Amino acid sequence: MSPFGVYVHIPFCARRCGYCDFVTYAVGERASWGPDGGAVAARPAGLQPETYATLAMREIELAAAAHVEALTLPTPTPLPATRASTPPAPAQPALPPADTVYFGGGTPTLLGPKPLVSILDAIRRSWGLAPDAEVTVEANPDSVTERDIAALAEGGVTRLSVGMQSASPSVLARLDRSHTPERVPDVIAWAQAAGLDTSLDLIYGTPRETMAEWCLSLDAALACGVRHISCYALTLEPATPMARQIARGDLPPVDDDDLAAKYELADQVLTSAGLPWYEISNWATPGSECRHNLGYWRGGQWWGIGAGAHSAIGHERWWNLRHPREYGAQVEAGNLPREGHDTLDAQARATEHIMTRIRLAEGLPLPPPHDSTLSALATDGLIDAPALAQNRIRLTLRGRLLADTVTRALLT
Amino acid sequence: MPIPSPDAAERIRPAATAPELIRNFCIIAHIDHGKSTLADRMLQITGAVEERDMRDQYLDRMDIERERGITIKSQAVRMGWQVGDTPYALNMIDTPGHVDFSYEVSRSLAACEGAVLLVDAAQGIEAQTLANLYMALDSDLDIIPVLNKIDLPAAQPEKYAEEVAHLIGSDPADILHVSGKTGEGVAELLDVIVQRVKPPQGNASGPARALIFDSVYDSYRGVVTYVRVVDGQLSPRERILMVSTRTAHELLDIGVIDPEPTSTDGLGVGEVGFLMTGVKDVRQSRVGDTVTSQVKGATEPLAGYRDPKPMVFSGLYPIDGTDYPALRDALDKLKLNDAALSYEPETSAALGFGFRCGFLGLLHLEIIRERLEREFGLDLISTAPNVVYEVTMEDRTVVTVTNPSEYPDGKVEEVREPVVRATILAPSEYIGSIMELCQGRRGTLHGMDYLSPERVEMHYTLPLAEIVYDFFDQLKSRTRGYASLDYEPKGEVAAELVKVDILLQGEQVDAFSAIVHKDKAYSYGVTIVNKLRKLIPRQQFEVPIQAAIGTRVIARENIRALRKDVLAKCYGGDITRKRKLLERQKEGKKRMKMVGRVEVPQEAFIAALQTSEDGAK
Repeated sequence: MSPFGVYVHIPFCARRCGYCDFVTYAVGERASWGPDGGAVAARPAGLQPETYATLAMREIELAAAAHVEALTLPTPTPLPATRASTPPAPAQPALPPADTVYFGGGTPTLLGPKPLVSILDAIRRSWGLAPDAEVTVEANPDSVTERDIAALAEGGVTRLSVGMQSASPSVLARLDRSHTPERVPDVIAWAQAAGLDTSLDLIYGTPRETMAEWCLSLDAALACGVRHISCYALTLEPATPMARQIARGDLPPVDDDDLAAKYELADQVLTSAGLPWYEISNWATPGSECRHNLGYWRGGQWWGIGAGAHSAIGHERWWNLRHPREYGAQVEAGNLPREGHDTLDAQARATEHIMTRIRLAEGLPLPPPHDSTLSALATDGLIDAPALAQNRIRLTLRGRLLADTVTRALLT
Repeated sequence: MPIPSPDAAERIRPAATAPELIRNFCIIAHIDHGKSTLADRMLQITGAVEERDMRDQYLDRMDIERERGITIKSQAVRMGWQVGDTPYALNMIDTPGHVDFSYEVSRSLAACEGAVLLVDAAQGIEAQTLANLYMALDSDLDIIPVLNKIDLPAAQPEKYAEEVAHLIGSDPADILHVSGKTGEGVAELLDVIVQRVKPPQGNASGPARALIFDSVYDSYRGVVTYVRVVDGQLSPRERILMVSTRTAHELLDIGVIDPEPTSTDGLGVGEVGFLMTGVKDVRQSRVGDTVTSQVKGATEPLAGYRDPKPMVFSGLYPIDGTDYPALRDALDKLKLNDAALSYEPETSAALGFGFRCGFLGLLHLEIIRERLEREFGLDLISTAPNVVYEVTMEDRTVVTVTNPSEYPDGKVEEVREPVVRATILAPSEYIGSIMELCQGRRGTLHGMDYLSPERVEMHYTLPLAEIVYDFFDQLKSRTRGYASLDYEPKGEVAAELVKVDILLQGEQVDAFSAIVHKDKAYSYGVTIVNKLRKLIPRQQFEVPIQAAIGTRVIARENIRALRKDVLAKCYGGDITRKRKLLERQKEGKKRMKMVGRVEVPQEAFIAALQTSEDGAK
């Protein structure tokens, strides 16, 4: 059976970063909405973070109780003819205990350890947690204290993923990140002392980031002694302040060639430090790969909890209402807070299979015969020729950067 | 005044009207000078159209005519009008107003004895009007000069009366003032037409000879042929013969348009009307041909027939390749109604299957393209228009090139291109910038005539190829829209022309090959190469774009290799968004054209071709 993960989306941040268009709502500093300073309660999102944790727990109960077949929303349109040959999706057996849990955001640690642990408890009560379950919490360096981390570890969290982003103060400022880079090693040290696995997230390609700054960030991340590092190219979303700054000419545009050079540098630096790539944007000491992350790319199943979270169970894909207030209203009414869904037909499943597995270093298994497309990809240096000889499509370094080109070639 | 009594009407019954009671006239006017509106008023005042049936531009049948305010196909309307005690039958022959259709204009003029020269009292005479006026004078037509739109606040009737009088050698006082809009002066104009236009003369007892001045395909009735009977009589149900093609047809219907088709007992000397034979193709009933009776018919055709000759060529391609059969059907249908349209299948590596089409001129091209898109719902790409070149090789073989990509390889002795005699009318303050434009277009000035101190007529010889590009647009913009242009073919001359090819990664892109003067080869090459560099997305390898004459590269740009296209992550497990993106890209790829290994979005071809065409619109 494919592994089962639970993703919990916490859509709150202390402030909204200039490059982010994710489902997040700025709530101000955590202290200001703590028990004593509840004045900041009603933010534009219209929902208090404490209330949100309660809602998430309620959603987990609803989700675990829902019969999976009932998840399919009625489809008003008749099935297209091509679907006729696709066998109906088999009834899903009850979901197994969760192998992985991932608290992402937003800034999950803004909730404080107690609500997070309560949510984890709710998962444990509803679906159950596998004995060796990986439980990750994302954190911003300035949103956690040593005590918080200890409390999280105590509550069953096994892994902390820290949003370091950069070691350069000027890059952090351009990203609207409020933390000081000096705090990152402390946070990692606290986590490791509490027995947690640790990971750092970096962002490269921020406008005006120099190659030297990027190199420095990589070195600083490695110096923290983490065994897992994710490097994400800055993806410019149109509806963000940074996109507007670029459109106005206040910042230079994000340059694909610069991104490619920085990716290549990261791959070299991290590989030689003993963290080879296992997924296009992820590097880890063998054995320290993020299992939750792998689930996404290996065709696992996951249930997304929280506003705007995405789920993939069997052939069903669905996503929750994005706005916390609408999300909350549905949950309070006892409904699964879904906004839309998609049932994958054979074609879509094939597409998904290729586009996800191709991102992994282990590659995409492929029985022969191999057509001319594949040999052309190998000739162009996009896929690894020796791996192809062993019936695997494995991206080369060049191919990783052009993974969409490769995927498109494989799809046609 | 309108025909007052049934007795009077009986005297001008079709097929039984004495020639001296007939007046055949046309209206020569520039686009927008109010010809259709004046025609509308005439129809109303003579009572040919009841008030309740009246609509604007009554005679213009096609949507495009109505929208663009131009008349493509001429029509002939019979109206009754009484002057004193005598009833008259007036046939108004509506002429096409654009330079591309000057042959059709000449046939319309040949069907008349008089012409109303209609000039906008706020704008003065325009080049095309002038060209048609000269044509009318050459045909010995009686000219009735009229200033229209005298109701406009900007009208300057005195000024333009002066100008028109100078042109035709008359007295400014003789020039009528009318307003097609209000109807002022229209009745008086009808009286003057009767008085000044000579009645038709012909041999009533001789064998029938009728001139075809228009031929229109109608999906219900087949081809409707408009004729002017010169000699003899055509009668219902007789068999008729087209003299040039020697084809005989049953006459299914014969009649006049007043202004709806009305069957008559035939058409006599001097009369104008329609014939229906049930043929399905206007090529069997060509403008300029002579119609006679099959039995005891005439052997001598009327003078002036000529085959329509396409002057401008362009490749038309469906954007969606599956529309190719629909495009072919649509062209077949348009051809039924347009003897001047020619086309043959052609294949372009870049654009797929399409047709190389021949047109009378640029407007003709635009009208056909627009009708294909509008009436047949096709999305089309048209390649940059080009003319016909005659290429003489060193071994003296001669190749006619209607598509630049067919330009022969090997040693070329001489290339000849068509030239036109162009007349430009403009306010004299623009002489300098017009000369500059024409010089840049390889024009030769032959002289200038001042129509008045402020208005000048300039005579140029210009290569047609220079005009089909964006000449007219440039002329308009340099003269704030005041200049007008007319041109007529004046044969072919040798010129230093070369073919410029555009290569993508060494592969020739046929749609962009062009035959240009050697002095312009470089700028053409640089322009297209730069355009393509911006339009073609980066590929996973470097793509050189070159412009070359033969093997000599004259311009080069590189599209740098794409290094990264992958998305860093799928936020929160949102792989649906990623999959849909890929699916869209995959759909997009289907619309990519492969040039060698280079994927070129069709939009890039369209954009590159359109921008070069934009100027021409």
